[in-house]
Amino acid sequence: MALLSLQSVSKSFGALKVTDDVSFDLQPGEALGIIGPNGAGKSTLFNLITGNLRPDSGQILLDGRDVSADSVMARCAAGIGRSFQIPQPFGHLSVYENLLVAARFGGGLAAAEAPEFCMDILRRTGLAGAADNPAGGLPLLSRKRLELARAMATRPRVLLLDEIAGGLTDAECVELVATIRAIHAEGTAIVWIEHVLHALNSVVGRLIVLNFGRLLMVGDVRTVMNSAEVREIYLGAEV
Amino acid sequence: MMKTTCPAYRPLALAILAAAALAAVPLIGPRAVVQDLFGILCLLVLALNWNMLAGFAGLVSVGQQAFVGIGAYTMFAAVILFGLDPLAGVLLGGLVAMALAVPVACFVFRLNGAYFAIGTWVAAEIARLGLGQWKALGGGTGTSLPKGTTRDMLGVGPVKEWLGVSSAAASDIVLYWLALGLVLATLGVSWAFLRSRTGLGLQAIRDNAMAARSVGIDPVRLKALVFLLAAFGTGLCGGLLFIQITRITPDAAFSLLDWTAFVLFVVVIGGIGTLPGPIVGVVVFYALERLLSDYGSAYLIVLGLFGIAVMLFARRGLWGSLSGRTGLELLPLGHRAPAAAIRP
Ligand SMILES: Nc1ncnc2c1ncn2[C@@H]1O[C@H](COP(=O)(O)OP(=O)(O)O)[C@@H](O)[C@H]1O
Ligand SMILES: [Mg+2]
Repeated sequence: MALLSLQSVSKSFGALKVTDDVSFDLQPGEALGIIGPNGAGKSTLFNLITGNLRPDSGQILLDGRDVSADSVMARCAAGIGRSFQIPQPFGHLSVYENLLVAARFGGGLAAAEAPEFCMDILRRTGLAGAADNPAGGLPLLSRKRLELARAMATRPRVLLLDEIAGGLTDAECVELVATIRAIHAEGTAIVWIEHVLHALNSVVGRLIVLNFGRLLMVGDVRTVMNSAEVREIYLGAEV
Repeated sequence: MMKTTCPAYRPLALAILAAAALAAVPLIGPRAVVQDLFGILCLLVLALNWNMLAGFAGLVSVGQQAFVGIGAYTMFAAVILFGLDPLAGVLLGGLVAMALAVPVACFVFRLNGAYFAIGTWVAAEIARLGLGQWKALGGGTGTSLPKGTTRDMLGVGPVKEWLGVSSAAASDIVLYWLALGLVLATLGVSWAFLRSRTGLGLQAIRDNAMAARSVGIDPVRLKALVFLLAAFGTGLCGGLLFIQITRITPDAAFSLLDWTAFVLFVVVIGGIGTLPGPIVGVVVFYALERLLSDYGSAYLIVLGLFGIAVMLFARRGLWGSLSGRTGLELLPLGHRAPAAAIRP
């Protein structure tokens, strides 16, 4: 059974149809990339999956169960973790506390287990040195890492990552890819929205292309990247 | 800036010292001072509760007088209608206030921001008007505790014998010690609560509600919990206050000025959203009240001006500004990363 399944999901903001009859399945442990131009409705799709937005029509299934009416908290507890495209840290809490609260609530960890679990994630995401710093004072790059780390702390079965590689140096990007591959290797399913295609394509097996809210194409990385339609609409003239 | 957190024992030692000094006041101080300080300690209890609501849960209620009044009326009902000890009435007052906070929450939690504040005030007005209809407790004109109620109160006899004072003085002392105990208990429970999982969740909600939901925190649930606990503490305090006042009317029991406006002032000048803030605020309030007691209502004007000055020039309140500038933290709420693990 698919871990996550979207069935004819649509969402409009006024006259603007931002998600237009989108359907796809995500298998347990799969890594799936989402690409598409800015404003295509990628982040909106995440908000529909997490429950920050309600679809106008269609269903979202987790383990075959319709979660369309569930709250954001319930979906987090059921195993959906997400990072925000624009980082949303708990600014007055320390970096460590940002993870601790996620591990205690969404992750359902007991007081005794949570600290080591959080420190482990901080080490893996390169944030251990800043553990006791206030999250509000972090530079942008570390904020993006914190988004990933905090989402990991909720112990997701499917991790939704929204443009976390943008603005990284090549070396940082290599590190990030290694971290995400490791998370994936441990069995966590991943849906990753990303413009940095070489990073994305070294992790995911399949790609979804969104354009004007419509699902333009789904397929393995090679097929999608070689499709003339995708080159034209998404990559324009540059390739 | 690095935060200089005192070693844990230092604030604790300070708190024990202060508590011991305050506990000793009735042994040496005159009765008027004991009565005065009783009022101040009760104000502090109300301030600590309101600070939990507004400062930590983001619930800016201006209707907490509802729970003072309900606690007070419950205590009166327990004594007059059921012949219970007034202290049992105080406990009942807290419980009834908490129980009635459930329907109030169902109403006001549908509202946001300013509408929430107005909603809490409306709820308090409804309670005031409703209890004004209770003829057995004097209706709109109110009633008094029966003569001898405080003389027979739990603990008054032993204190009277031990200290060799009159019954009236002994009852003042018992009430004073209970108010002090309530302050310490409220402070201790607040601190433990804020350092718990729930407290951490509340601080996360305060920083970013959307992100908090995304990591599994249910804001309504946590805020409702704080609302109920604050109603309990506020109700207890209401019962205690009106044993000493001995006379109750709907207007006095549900006074917006006495039980919410002063409380708000204390928390805002002391430092909203910090645990020591209300303590600093209540000390300043008491000092101003003493200094200006000869000037009648001019005292309220000075109080107001002082409050406005603090809001303009020290927006985080006196304690908040001090702690922000010096990095000093008493009663820290933070969770430090396990030390051994920080090394990369
Ligand atoms: N809450 C909202 N209200 C109105 N319009 C929105 C809202 N969120 C997103 N949009 C619009 O929906 C479109 C898709 O946005 P988004 O999903 O963020 O795109 P992407 O992540 O693919 O860049 C954009 O035109 C954006 O302006
Ligand atoms: Mg986006």
